[in-house]
Amino acid sequence: MTAAIACEGLVKRYGQVTALDGLDLEVPAGSLFGFLGPNGAGKTTTIRLLTGLAWPTAGRATVAGVDPTRGGPRLARMIGHQDQQPRLYGWMSGRELLQFSGSLFGMSGARLRSRVDEVLELTGLTGAARRRVGGYSGGMRQRLGLAQAMLHEPELLFLDEPVSSLDPAGRHEVLELLAGLRGRVTVFMSSHILADVERVCDRVGIVDRGRLVVESTVADLQSRFAQPVFVVELESGQGADETALLAALERVPLVSGVGRDGAEIRVAADDPARAGPEILRVLAAGGVQVARFERLRPSLEDIFLRLVPGQRSGQEGAA
Amino acid sequence: MTGLVVLLRKEVTEQWRTARLPVMAVIFLVIGLGSPLLAKYTPEIVRAAAGSVPFPMPTPTERDAISQLVKNLTQFGAIAAVLLAMGSVAGEKESGTAAFVLTKPATRLAFLVAKFGGLAGTLAAAVVASGAGAYLYTGVLFATPPVLGFAAGCLVMLLSLLVVAAITFFGSTLVRSAIPAAAVGLVGIVVAATVSSIPNAGRYSPFGLGSLVSDLAAGGTAAGWGWPIAVNAGIVIVAVAAAWLVFRRQEL
Repeated sequence: MTAAIACEGLVKRYGQVTALDGLDLEVPAGSLFGFLGPNGAGKTTTIRLLTGLAWPTAGRATVAGVDPTRGGPRLARMIGHQDQQPRLYGWMSGRELLQFSGSLFGMSGARLRSRVDEVLELTGLTGAARRRVGGYSGGMRQRLGLAQAMLHEPELLFLDEPVSSLDPAGRHEVLELLAGLRGRVTVFMSSHILADVERVCDRVGIVDRGRLVVESTVADLQSRFAQPVFVVELESGQGADETALLAALERVPLVSGVGRDGAEIRVAADDPARAGPEILRVLAAGGVQVARFERLRPSLEDIFLRLVPGQRSGQEGAA
Repeated sequence: MTGLVVLLRKEVTEQWRTARLPVMAVIFLVIGLGSPLLAKYTPEIVRAAAGSVPFPMPTPTERDAISQLVKNLTQFGAIAAVLLAMGSVAGEKESGTAAFVLTKPATRLAFLVAKFGGLAGTLAAAVVASGAGAYLYTGVLFATPPVLGFAAGCLVMLLSLLVVAAITFFGSTLVRSAIPAAAVGLVGIVVAATVSSIPNAGRYSPFGLGSLVSDLAAGGTAAGWGWPIAVNAGIVIVAVAAAWLVFRRQEL
């Protein structure tokens, strides 16, 4: 696994405030990495350090093998960066801004024009390309921010809250666009919309008070934090004797409780790995048709709320 | 200096599209046109104000028109230079556009040189507009000054304004907002004005160069002014270099 981004003991202090407190992180090349954490956890600071806009107090990092503190234009050629609230020249039109951006990457002529057209199309801004950026809505600015970050086809994209100003349809489009980059581009995105991260990211890091709390694949986290509960849903209209079935399930060794939740039967087990086959055997012996049988998996939001204390209320503020 | 040409082109376009360049050019043109007029009609205005009290006034000449131009440009031009330079870097840091540019292949040196280049270009265009207006009206109302000498005088005037702009530019690099940057520029103006009134040292001040501007524009030579010109050019270079030393390790 080649690391596109590696941080070792990264520390950033602003006076008495410690924004990052020894961050250790590795992001594999080609992955879509979701970086989560509550407000002030150090997500934007991390992105600023990795893009060379700020310098660490201690520790070190590499981005595509380059030290961001010495990266300069060499690093810039490999990365694309979209700010949380893209700060762009309001006097330029959308197209002019992209042409300016492309020119800084040495693009020119027909290649620049066609690539500008392409990213305008991808981000749904073709119709607004001639309008001044100063008149763009927050969502349009965010789309333009993404367009300029992708323009030169970088190896790595740093996206700070890339869909926070977009409507649901816009979010869907942009997330689909990012998902399409999987395997070709390493995407490092912070977001406070956990469902979006769960949908597109294959790896997730949760940071709290400047420290990495957990880092893994979404599937691994869901498995690691899965509750010892199985969900059973029976095919409807088969006239099964559910009372007898529930009683049979309760008698299974290692099962600690059985209950109903709407159309679902929930079976709690002390040792899920061993109890699972036993439960299936009882279901088969009861002669019922099973529509669904699965271990109850937590959502990313459930995991986030368990790992980051104090986030029970106002969980949207997981930025 | 990766990105310099692209950034310079953007600066010039920005100066034009945000109306800084045309507005400055028009203001300076008005100053240029107004200075000979003021020199011509000041004696009549004073006589009219004095009424029956006899108030002897010498007949104005083209030299008075040039002196009036130098005086006006020194005052208004210096303020205009501060206004132009105060937000040049601080504004980009404050708005976040500096971070937008500097995550692209553009060095911080190129960014600063382009910013100062755009600023200098606008000031140069404004001084040209002012000089052209003043030259035209001086010729109409008095006598036509020598064109080469007048142009050389304008160049020296531009240098004195660039000193004020460079000091403000340095201030704009130090801080994150335009107002404290303007304060640095205004302190520079006060220091320059104070130095200009000190015997012998005064000619090394940007405002002390005014006498040279008047001499050159009236057909005189720059003999003996080599060091004051070099010192002022040096201040510009040192201020921009100091700005880079500060900016190259600044967090955005």
